[in-house]
Amino acid sequence: MTDIAIHVENISKKYIIGQLQERQDTLRDLLVSTFRQPFARKKNQENRVLWALRDISFDIQRGSVVGIVGRNGAGKSTLLKVLSRVTEPTSGIGEIRGRVGSLLEVGTGFHPELTGRENIFLNGAILGMKRIEIEKKFDEIVEFSEVARFIDTPVKRYSSGMYLRLAFAVAAHLEPDILVVDEVLAVGDAEFQRKCLGKMSDVAEQGRTVLFVSHNMSAILRLTSETLVLEKGEMVMRAPSSEAVDYYLSSGFAETGERYWEEAEGPPSAAPFRPLALRIRNGQGIVMDTVRSVEDMSIEFEYQLSAPISGLRIGYYLMSTRGEYVFTTFDTDEPTLFEKHTLRPAGRYISRCKIPADTFNEGRFVVGVNASSYRIQRFFQDERALTFNVDPAGAPGMQWSEQRLGPLRPRLDWQIEVI
Amino acid sequence: MSVEQNQVPITYLKPARGLAALNLRDLWEYRELVYFLTWRDLKVRYKQTLLGFTWVILQPVINMVVFTILFGELLSVPTDGIPYPIFSFAALLPWTYFAGSLTRSSTTLVGSANLISKVYFPRMVIPISGVLSGFVDFAIAFIILVIMMLVYRIIPTWNLLLLPLFLFLAMLTALGFGLWLSALNVRFRDINHLVPFIIEIWKYATPVIYGSALIPEKFRFILGLNPLTGVVEGFRWAILGEKYVRSFNPGTLFIISIAITFIVLISGIVFFRNTERTFADII
Repeated sequence: MTDIAIHVENISKKYIIGQLQERQDTLRDLLVSTFRQPFARKKNQENRVLWALRDISFDIQRGSVVGIVGRNGAGKSTLLKVLSRVTEPTSGIGEIRGRVGSLLEVGTGFHPELTGRENIFLNGAILGMKRIEIEKKFDEIVEFSEVARFIDTPVKRYSSGMYLRLAFAVAAHLEPDILVVDEVLAVGDAEFQRKCLGKMSDVAEQGRTVLFVSHNMSAILRLTSETLVLEKGEMVMRAPSSEAVDYYLSSGFAETGERYWEEAEGPPSAAPFRPLALRIRNGQGIVMDTVRSVEDMSIEFEYQLSAPISGLRIGYYLMSTRGEYVFTTFDTDEPTLFEKHTLRPAGRYISRCKIPADTFNEGRFVVGVNASSYRIQRFFQDERALTFNVDPAGAPGMQWSEQRLGPLRPRLDWQIEVI
Repeated sequence: MSVEQNQVPITYLKPARGLAALNLRDLWEYRELVYFLTWRDLKVRYKQTLLGFTWVILQPVINMVVFTILFGELLSVPTDGIPYPIFSFAALLPWTYFAGSLTRSSTTLVGSANLISKVYFPRMVIPISGVLSGFVDFAIAFIILVIMMLVYRIIPTWNLLLLPLFLFLAMLTALGFGLWLSALNVRFRDINHLVPFIIEIWKYATPVIYGSALIPEKFRFILGLNPLTGVVEGFRWAILGEKYVRSFNPGTLFIISIAITFIVLISGIVFFRNTERTFADII
């Protein structure tokens, strides 16, 4: 018996942007594309090739926990999708020994109308669990999720935190030979994250193989012994995690208060809209991923329009890491701006929003961005585009070291009167 | 997926070339998912509706009432002396099942896009559960048929035992076309718009509101090219028994229907299997 759990050799994955199908080597495809010609876009656009993965080869030992890091669009998710058989490689071969459980996105297949109990069974089946297995682990799953009281309530009534806990609980009890995890920790509160990480190291201790994709370097360091670094679809490094994380952080493509979208990253459906960058600026106007709560901050979104769009609005969704919305704001909320920008001609833009000092409480926040024409078309959306930290030094009430509840920490006008 | 001696399943990843193995065994591995998706479909379908499962009965009953007034009374469609309401209801029952199953199986795949792009499972479980969940609706509407049989004093014959066979044929036909349409739908969303249209036309091409006796004998084989003719006339034959023999010749008409169904089904499976590999990339 060999001790290799995953063996891949020269795996490549090609996407052709602006063209629906991937290959064109069968008569059927040929017919289909001929049929589609009248609707086809410009020729030069049609043949843009994107190599999401290029000649990736590695072996992974059974029982090891391996991290995968790389910036957005580096091919991490594509690699996991290929390994979990969601999509097939364009070339190259691979061998996976054992049952693969993937956690590509928690809550996949949850149905809002069904109760927690029903969703446990449904989700378990989708993830490849047998009914008996689910029944056996049902109580454990419920306990882990901490939603026992609401287990017979439809999940559409759950808070996003509850929803997430339940979803992770199901997936965590999957017990596959190989567990593939993608960014489950991007949301969820600190305690829950600890719990998830604990569960994952349990899995590893049981001799299972774990592949773990994350932007959370401390989680990578804590959990994994070895890490692969991907860059533009290629594996640029494989090293012990501390070395790989050092390389990744110092090579400048870690996200620090800034997020870029490569041309290929914006979905083709977004045209004529193209996202370029999203930035967090601190009170001094410096791009930073940590801002002080006592200073103003701003969020700016840079984008390009290749054709005029009428009624375009850029929105920010601010969320806590528990997944609760803090607020939503649009660049044309103000009627005067709304009147002024009914039609945005082609060109390059920045929509910038200043958030006054004394808004946020201490913690980490997630910025989602959206570009749409109200009730007409949604051009682009990224619900977790960027995260930033708020440092509370100097915030109201800092004389007490207790943790303040709630995502906001406004400086309010208090008066105390003797009457 | 193959099982080695030491019971560790090995999965081979390789680019898709040529005809994909049909790999029906993989489908069998995931039979419980078929069950859960069917069950979900049933659970959710009438949630937050005022009338709930009453819709299952209302749909064919309202159709029957309209048809009886229009075609039974005003146009006097010949029915071999069988009361028009039960004549049409016996056909509407399998037709409603078929139309619902075809719609679900051809459109739910695209509706499950987030599932398909995130998790591996044999994609065919989705259209399959689409045709299975219609059985419950069928069973409920069947109660109305039994009531009508009592009202019209129709004595069941041994023919009734063949009813499941005709229902099975309706299911396979819905699945066969559903596989084609759902796979095409991934690439061309036109199918979503096309399906209601296909069903509307198909309804008139099938002897639902009329009997095949209306068609001159020498052209009747053309009706047989439509597998639903076999299903619908088979239902009438099974339910109405001896009273309904004149226009239905189970022999040739039925054999043509079955042959067509299997051609569509098998080609549908092959087509689906060969396109499902790219579903996650283009859905």
